[in-house]
This record gives sequence, C-alpha cells and structure tokens, in this order.
Amino acid sequence: MDKFSVFSARLVEKGEYFTSGHRACQGCAEALAVRLVMKALGRNTIVAMATGCMEIVSSPLPTTAWEVPWIHVAFENASAVISGCESGMKAMMRKGKLPPKKINFVAMGGDGATADIGMGQLSGALERGHDMIYVCYDNEAYMNTGIQRSSSTPWGASTTTSPAGKVSKGQYTQKKDMPKIAIAHNIPYVATACPSFPFDLMDKVEKAAAIEGPAYLHILSVCPTGWRIPSEEAIKYGRLAVNTCVFPLYEYEHGEYSLTYRPHPILPVREYIEGQGRFRHLGSEDIDSIQERTRMEYEKLVKLSEED
Amino acid sequence: MAKERKGIEVSLAIAEAVGQADCDLISAYPITPQTHIVEHLSEMVADAHLDAEFVPVESEHSAMSVCCGAAAVGARTFTSTSSQGLALMAEIFFIASAMRLPVVMALANRSLSAPLSIWNDHSDTMMVRDGGWIHVFVENGQEAYDHVFWAFRVAEDPAVRLPVALNIDGFIMTHMIEPVDFEDDELIKRYIPEFRMEKPLHPDNPVSMGCFAMPEIYSEAQMTRERALVDSYATCVKAWEEWAAVTGRQYHPVETYRADDAEYCIVTMGSLGETAMAAVDELREQGEKVGVIKIRLWRPFPFDDLYRAAAGKHTLIVLDRAISFGGPGGPVALELRSALCNSPQAPVVVNYVAGLASRDVTVEDFKAIILGGKAKSAEGDVAGFTFYGLRG
Amino acid sequence: MARPMDEIRWQDLEIGAAVSEHGSSSEYKTGTWRSLRPVVDKDQCIRCGVCWLYCPDVAIKQSEDGYFEADLEYCKGCGICARECPVGCISVVIEEF
Ligand SMILES: Cc1ncc(C[n+]2csc(CCOP(=O)(O)OP(=O)(O)O)c2C)c(N)n1
Ligand code: SF4
Ligand code: SF4
Ligand code: SF4
Ligand SMILES: [Mg+2]
Repeated sequence: MDKFSVFSARLVEKGEYFTSGHRACQGCAEALAVRLVMKALGRNTIVAMATGCMEIVSSPLPTTAWEVPWIHVAFENASAVISGCESGMKAMMRKGKLPPKKINFVAMGGDGATADIGMGQLSGALERGHDMIYVCYDNEAYMNTGIQRSSSTPWGASTTTSPAGKVSKGQYTQKKDMPKIAIAHNIPYVATACPSFPFDLMDKVEKAAAIEGPAYLHILSVCPTGWRIPSEEAIKYGRLAVNTCVFPLYEYEHGEYSLTYRPHPILPVREYIEGQGRFRHLGSEDIDSIQERTRMEYEKLVKLSEED
Repeated sequence: MAKERKGIEVSLAIAEAVGQADCDLISAYPITPQTHIVEHLSEMVADAHLDAEFVPVESEHSAMSVCCGAAAVGARTFTSTSSQGLALMAEIFFIASAMRLPVVMALANRSLSAPLSIWNDHSDTMMVRDGGWIHVFVENGQEAYDHVFWAFRVAEDPAVRLPVALNIDGFIMTHMIEPVDFEDDELIKRYIPEFRMEKPLHPDNPVSMGCFAMPEIYSEAQMTRERALVDSYATCVKAWEEWAAVTGRQYHPVETYRADDAEYCIVTMGSLGETAMAAVDELREQGEKVGVIKIRLWRPFPFDDLYRAAAGKHTLIVLDRAISFGGPGGPVALELRSALCNSPQAPVVVNYVAGLASRDVTVEDFKAIILGGKAKSAEGDVAGFTFYGLRG
Repeated sequence: MARPMDEIRWQDLEIGAAVSEHGSSSEYKTGTWRSLRPVVDKDQCIRCGVCWLYCPDVAIKQSEDGYFEADLEYCKGCGICARECPVGCISVVIEEF
C-alpha cells in the first residue's frame, strides 16, 4: 500500500476507488463514507449498489466514478445481486473457468434500501452465509427521492412524508435497530461506524473483509441537505451523534459485543439535536425524552459489551 | 450422459438438460407448476451430478437478481418460475434484458391471480411480453429438452447476449411423462461452447454496469435493446439449423401443418398445437380446407415467417390463452392484426380466448372454434374476441 | 475520453450501456459548483492530511513539497476541510470565477 508518512491521516491508503466528479451535494458525508469504505477495501472488490443517492451521483451515463467493478440493478436487491456475483464466481473458480482470486464481494445501499424495501433480500443473503459484506449508508431518510421518511428516520425528525405540523412532531416511530436485526442472523461480524471517525470505520471494513462469511456494517452518514445543516458541519454532526451516544460505535464479533469508542464526557443530546433543521420544531420536553431514550439504549449496549 | 431415449417427466428432462449444459449457477424459488424443475436441479447439485451453485433464495425477485449478479460475472445461469413468481420478479426481468445479461429461464406458464389458480394458460408470459427477452414456445417434452440448449446457445452468443424465456405449458407439459431423446454430452459441449463474456465484472478490468441515464441518452440506450432483440432473429434461426444438423430435429420460428392449400388456419402457441392438428385432420376428412399455424418464436416477432405462412389464407382463427383486459382482444390476435394490417390481401383475423387455467380445449372444441371462426368471418363478425365455452 | 451525453449515438453505447472507462466521472469538473474556495495558509499548515482524509470529493491533493491543497477542478467548496483542519489554517473565501 502506498501511504503518506508521519501523521495518522497520512498513513491511510492513498488509492481512490470512488473518484472525483461524482455529483453528490456539497459536504455529503455519505459520499465520504463510500470513499473511505472503498479505500479500506481496495482494488480487489466487486460492488453491487442499490438505487439511491450514491448510485445516482456516481453513475450518470456515459461516465462512472467507480474504479472497481460495480453493478447497480435495482433498489431492493443489492444483497441478492452480490449473492449472485459471489456464488457465480465461486462456481467458476471451482470448475476452473476462472483463475482463483480473493475478491471482496460488497453490497451497498441506503437506509431505505436496507431497512425497508430490501430487508427481505438482505435477510436472505445473510442467512445463506455468502462471503460478502453489506454496507448500509444510513442518512436516516430516502434522500434520493427528496427526503422522505424511512424506518431508520429517528423519532421527531421532520421529513417530506413525516412533516412536523400542528398535530405532528415529525417522525412518530423510533428508529429501527438494523444492526441488531443483522446480529439476529448469527453472522460472524456486525459493526456500526461513522466517517467522522475514519480510522475506526476503515478498521472495521478491513475486519469485515478479512472475516469469512457475511458481515454487516451500518454507517451513519450525515446528509447536510436532508438534515438541514450547513455543508461544512457534516463531520461535526457525525461526531456529535457518537459523542452524545445517539449513535454508539460498536462491534459484534463472533457473538461478542464491544464498544469501539466510549465518549468522555458523554455530551447532552441537545448539542446534537439543536442546529439541525429537521429537529427545529422540537421543544425542550421532546429533547428530554430523546435524551432519556438515548441514555437507556446506551446503557443496554454497555451492559451487553461488559457481559462479554 | 450418452445418447438414449428415456421416458421421463418433462420437468426432469429440462433439469437434466440444464445439467448437461454445465450450468454454473441456478437460483429459484418454489412455485407450482415449475417446482419439479428446480427440485431436480437441487438434487443433481446435492449428488454432485452437476457442479453448480444452487442459491435457494427467499423470493423470485431475488432469484432473478441473483441470476443477474451471476451472469454479470460471466457465469452460465438458469432460473425457472411461473405466474405469481414471474409477476414478483417482473421488475428485474426487464432490467436483465436491458443490461444484456444472458439468463435462461424455464417459464412454466400458469394463469395469474386473482382468483388464485395454479393451472395453465399464457397470462403470465404475456405480462412480460415487452420485457426485452427472447421468448420461445415449445409443444412437447422433446422440444422442451432441445430448447434448453438452444436457449443457452442463443442467449450467450456474443452477437445476442440477451436473456431467453423458454415457455412450457404448466402441468400439461411439465408434469407429463414423455419419451425424450437425450443427446450425449460431447454433442452438447460442441453445440454450446463455454460462455465467455465480453467484459464481465472482474477486478482485473473494472467496468460499471447499470448506470443511470438522463433524458439525453435514455432513448439511445433503449434503441440498443431494440436492435439487439430484432437482430437476434438470425442467431435464433442459425442455432436451430445447427441443432438440426447434429440431431435431425428441425425447428422454425413459425411452423405450419396442412396449411399450404388451406383457406382457414387456426393459430396456436405452445402445447395445444398437437390437439389443433388432430382437429384439422378430422376437418380435412370432412372436406374443410383448414390448417394450423404455430408460432414458436414470439420475441423477436417473426414477421416474415408469419407473412409467408399467412399468404393466401382467407381467415386466421387465433386461439389466445390470455386476455388484454379492456383491449382489442387476446395478445396473439392483437399482434397478428397489427402485423398483417398493411400487407396486401391480409387475411381476416378472428379471435377466440379459450383454455384459461387449463380449461380443456379438446379436438371437438378446436373443430367448433375453427368452424365458428369460419362462420364469423363469413358474417363479418370479426371485431374483438369471443370467450369460447363460457357459461352465461 | 467519454463523449458529451448529447453527442452519443446509440451505436456508441457499450453492450448493456455499461461503462468500461472506469473513473471517467473525473471528466466532469464539479469545481464549477463552488461559491466558496478554501485557501491554505502554508505557514501554519502542519501537513497532517486531515483535510485530505475528510474531503468527500477527493478534491485535495498533496503536492511535491508535502502540502495539501484543494484541487479547484473538483472542490465544491463545502468547507469541511476548513472546519476540520486541526490548526485552523484553511480559510474560506468567496469564489470569483
Ligand atoms: C421499487 C422502487 N421503489 C421506489 C423507488 C424510488 N426510490 C429510488 S431511491 C429511493 C430512496 C433511497 O433511499 P435510501 O435507500 O435511504 O438511499 P439515499 O438516497 O438516502 O442514500 C426511492 C424511494 C425505486 N427506485 N424502486
Ligand atoms: S441528498 Fe444527502 S446523501 Fe444525497 S447526495 Fe445530497 S448530501 Fe449526499
Ligand atoms: S488539515 Fe490543515 S494542517 Fe492538516 S494538512 Fe490540511 S491544511 Fe495542513
Ligand atoms: S471545500 Fe469541501 S470539496 Fe473543497 S477541498 Fe475542502 S472538503 Fe473538499
Ligand atoms: Mg437514506
């Protein structure tokens, strides 16, 4: 690997496999997440991507932002498509139709593609045990179609289909816990990550790639457009999500939980909520209730990781 | 496998053919009446009788998606479904052809819900008529067996690279035990050489597949599909000729029976052809100048073959096994009417819909349909369609 | 070099409308989107690479002398690098093309 020297950022893989010229909005941390994931995966990778922002911004004909083989078929089926790539190549290598090679088979999709429309197909692929990685880029709504709610949108967020109004506080359901659903498939590796913590993220991707069998990565990907924050604050809000424990960073490896980062001190969720346009309508009591729920969820996670 | 004649259930013959074709990946989901095909394939894989990956997916949508992924890396790929399964995979059906992924699918034709029915007609396949696939219809077990190889041969041809749907009437064919002449493996290997895809997904040569199109370029992308499908006709015919040269069994895009001097022809697709021929034999004995026209290649539509077959006929009586609700009749009649409308001395087209959900169409029924069509033609009662055998 | 979209004839498209010119999006210069421009004060820069690592647009390049600078062909002017620079040596100025 060709690396910069001295400072830790400069130790990161220099090669870029998701390149410039993509059409993501200014300050899109989902695009940054894709870039970092690809750096960690490297050249010997095949990507199957779901319809969504990252697919659209990276592939307007006749160009592509991808430096690795990449396929997009539809919205809900990236995990089935990568299953086919993996199994097809496995058969051909076994039969001598292709020379053997270690390849990372990676499916990617947004939170809508993952937690909603593609849930059945993801479950099928995880359960079948393909040697693959599934990466969910969670920007907490259907951004590509104009900021509609998904089951991964947090309580209280105003989106175009969960708008705040006279009798509405925005999204009225709690965020679906996708990593736990992945864990319920008894796969060898599940982790959460955020590009505001790039080294943690890339370590997890490398781990997922090294492990045989299915791995699931859930990456909180700040979307300045949909969250209604200034573009330069995309990294800051990711950091706040983690430091307030709204989005804890943890791994689940061969049956054991571990927190990969413990914020000290834990910041009040208010710091995360305030300043995001999607939460602007929330009052003090609403933020308190988010605080309470965040605390409880985090404590559960700490307990799980201490048990192990 | 060596050359031999076997009495075998047609579904199993199809599965054995997929094995002889040395398929790399099979992905499918159970649905009647297709199930025996994939059950047998999974047995073959389990017994190491076929070295392939069998991917037991959780839906037909996934089955087609898995096949797309596998075809994109250059694997020889097979799936099979029916009816609701096809409806569920329809989204990806269209994409497979657009991305030029040469998946082969045995489509055990079955009626669509509702009401739920597991029996046979052509409403499922007609739903995806415009999906950009090559569609072929077969009439018996031997034809089904032969066309598995033909389907791979055509689909993977570098000049074609399109998916192929092999339409087989559910139950009427899939569950019948018939005599089938099996060919030996060496012959098959020569007929379908190893699939060598140009630019598959591979890290050695990164390619992006399934990019999105702005309005400035979408039409151009659609034109490439249209031309690929139209141009595949030549390979379809050539592949039949090559098959005839090695097996002696010859197929054509449109086939006729006692049609040369016929004034009235019944037009069928699929397994009812044999019953239609028997009816024509009986009517001929009564002095009726009748014949049969069978459409084997449905997409790309064989216009010239149809013109030749229809030339000089007074009336074509089209038996449709699906309805275009609220439209001008059954889909096959609609196709023939539009294909023939500008040709000189175009025959009259009379349309019957019959045999929905395996409702019997016997020799007697065919005789009634042919004579009824003749009478309608004489009366000028030729618009729309007639629901044959309907109560009430 | 990929042709502009509206000059492409259907015959020019690859099979299945695939794109084998990988990384060709770089022909599209997203720098024109920019209304703000990051400017590095090299005197303060510690050449840590943090700005480079966080740029969503792969628009920061390291020069021969080890400094990191925005590639104005692609920089969309999001301001992330300026915000994240640990020594605060990137300022953002209004772009005048
Ligand atoms: C079957 C189907 N339904 C709906 C759509 C429309 N659609 C495309 S992308 C998208 C939302 C994507 O959201 P997400 O997966 O969260 O990705 P993001 O754009 O937020 O990155 C929707 C609803 C579609 N393409 N296909
Ligand atoms: S809408 Fe959000 S996720 Fe989509 S490209 Fe823009 S910033 Fe990125
Ligand atoms: S982040 Fe700041 S200090 Fe570090 S290399 Fe960039 S400009 Fe220099
Ligand atoms: S302003 Fe944004 S796009 Fe431009 S170099 Fe800095 S981080 Fe990259
Ligand atoms: Mg999303």
